[in-house]
Amino acid sequence: MNLHEYQAKELFRAAGMAVNPGEVADDPPGARAVAERYGGRVVVKAQVHSGGRGKAGGVRLASTAAEAEQHAAAILGMEIRGLAVERVLVSPTEDIATEAYVGVLVDREAQCPVIMVSAEGGVDIEEVAATNPEAIHKLPVDPRYGIMPHQAWTLATRLHGDAGLARQAARIISQLYDAFVGNGASMAEINPLISTAAGEVKAIDAKVSIDDNELFRRPAIAGMRDPASESAADAKARAAGLSFVKLEGSVGCCVNGAGLAMATMDLVKYYGGEPANFLDIGGSSNPDKVVAALEIITADRGVKVILFNIFGGITRCDDVARGILEAVERMDMGVPLVIRLTGTNEELAREMLADAGMAAVTSMDDVVREAVRLAGGDHVDLR
Amino acid sequence: MSIFVDETTRVIVQGITGRDGSFHTRQMMAYGTQVVAGVTPGKGGRSFDGPDGTAVPVFDTVADAVAETGANASVVYVPPAFAAGAIMEAADSEVAFIVCVTEGVPVLDMTRAHALARDRGSRVLGPNCPGIICPGRTNLGIIPGRIVTPGPVGLISRSGTLTYEAVHHLTRDGLGQTACVGIGGDPLVGTSFTDCLAAFAADSDTEAVVMIGEIGGTAEQEAADWVGANLDIPVVGFIAGRTAPPGTRMGHAGAIISGSSGTAAEKTRAFEDNGIKVAKRPVEISALVAAALGR
Repeated sequence: MNLHEYQAKELFRAAGMAVNPGEVADDPPGARAVAERYGGRVVVKAQVHSGGRGKAGGVRLASTAAEAEQHAAAILGMEIRGLAVERVLVSPTEDIATEAYVGVLVDREAQCPVIMVSAEGGVDIEEVAATNPEAIHKLPVDPRYGIMPHQAWTLATRLHGDAGLARQAARIISQLYDAFVGNGASMAEINPLISTAAGEVKAIDAKVSIDDNELFRRPAIAGMRDPASESAADAKARAAGLSFVKLEGSVGCCVNGAGLAMATMDLVKYYGGEPANFLDIGGSSNPDKVVAALEIITADRGVKVILFNIFGGITRCDDVARGILEAVERMDMGVPLVIRLTGTNEELAREMLADAGMAAVTSMDDVVREAVRLAGGDHVDLR
Repeated sequence: MSIFVDETTRVIVQGITGRDGSFHTRQMMAYGTQVVAGVTPGKGGRSFDGPDGTAVPVFDTVADAVAETGANASVVYVPPAFAAGAIMEAADSEVAFIVCVTEGVPVLDMTRAHALARDRGSRVLGPNCPGIICPGRTNLGIIPGRIVTPGPVGLISRSGTLTYEAVHHLTRDGLGQTACVGIGGDPLVGTSFTDCLAAFAADSDTEAVVMIGEIGGTAEQEAADWVGANLDIPVVGFIAGRTAPPGTRMGHAGAIISGSSGTAAEKTRAFEDNGIKVAKRPVEISALVAAALGR
């Protein structure tokens, strides 16, 4: 789950970090009031879950409160990469001398948190990694000890030659690590971490993603979810415990298991169709999940056919069949349904479907070809 | 032969009295797995009923279970909040092989559990994995026993049901397996493709290997390089997620293309560069294996 900048900054402040002040506003007069409190010279920043806010015009400098109000009015009407801006963060401007980058994430190969710092901050760090990898210093942290003082200090000396600035940066690096672990994050970064002409080091931007698997034990953070950042289909899928990703095609997919779901999408494409979604109903065999899945898929007007691909292991085919029959009874699908069932209790499932006048095949290739044909896609047999 | 475990492996089940744990324990026992004990805190002293009138004792702690039964492997079915703790308990009792089926374990919990397991010399399989089955010998996890059959093919996968799909075709085509290993769909897993490849390489009965990967991370690329440098037997590959959009998690916590890294195209190229034949559809895997074995 991604947090907004203002939410990430709250977590950083709670860790004791020096962070540029700011307040959020959801209308232009509110932004003006905040700007007045800060003396007029402010930066107005769109709060959306998207990179590239600056390039999209979602970050603007104002020298008076009236100007801040105008900027807020412009930004609050914007869409950045398809996301409507509903809030702005208004912060006093800073007198920036240097810009650095500090980030923490869990490294898959090292299997532990890794801290990355670079004196080349304020720019896209992936670009620095691609063009000038030596400018990025990495340090794996043993999660059992946490970050040790000498480690934070060593990294800080890569950012600042001045001992006073490096001491402040070391404190912030430690605080960032602690905020990362303490909030169950999968990624936390400050870009840029600035030093001011007056010799202060502080964070003026903040980005945090929380590991979804941590949310059950962190209700306060779970409550930070922005409902506007999630489509109705995504919210429904999450509530039903389904993994769902909306795509642009016409073949609605309902599969058990993430790997098989991806392979099913790939096969739809292979046979000349386009998948409308990724959807994993999971390992359990709850008919309600199947009903929820069908409601989500049929709500997508682009869907021309619904494809079930079930390989029963823990998932019992008869439970999936029960869900399909329940859904058919409860709602009008409006589009044809093609079903593949193999594995646990498949004979029983096939009988149940046959009683309702529905058929199921056993081969994944057969069902995908049929789905693509019904969706009106070009049926290209590449064998 | 088999890898990591065999019919002599003595298995405990952590979370044996839970809904999933009890169901799959009975399945494993019916397959012939030597389940010697269960562990559920607070339920020590009870007895767990297996199939056909069998029973195994339930202990409060892994240490007690190991001391009483000489267990050397564990399968973990406990809920996500307690799964890393269960792995650490097993590692602390020097259980050599620990399978964690649980999905949804916090990643930071796993950084600590993997670190402890490494220190104690325990091998962790998973989390978020279907386990390992050695056809005709033993089954640790949730892979359905009836879709496998003994034979010369080793199979490694990050997925569950996609593994079943591939194994189903192999079995149907008369290509049995030495072992089928699901390494798990999480970003941090205890046993990698490369660990499994090395084990299959050391197993004289394994004549070909199938690697089923997916988008996200670089584990397949590293495994492909290892195959190119070290392995003499043929390898067939499949990568799921060719149509997955970048930056979006596809069900598995680890299945995400970050920037331009971890794409199916990149993994397919790494496979092909190292002499691994790549199937375009799951159904082709079996035919490529048959061809590689000259059948």
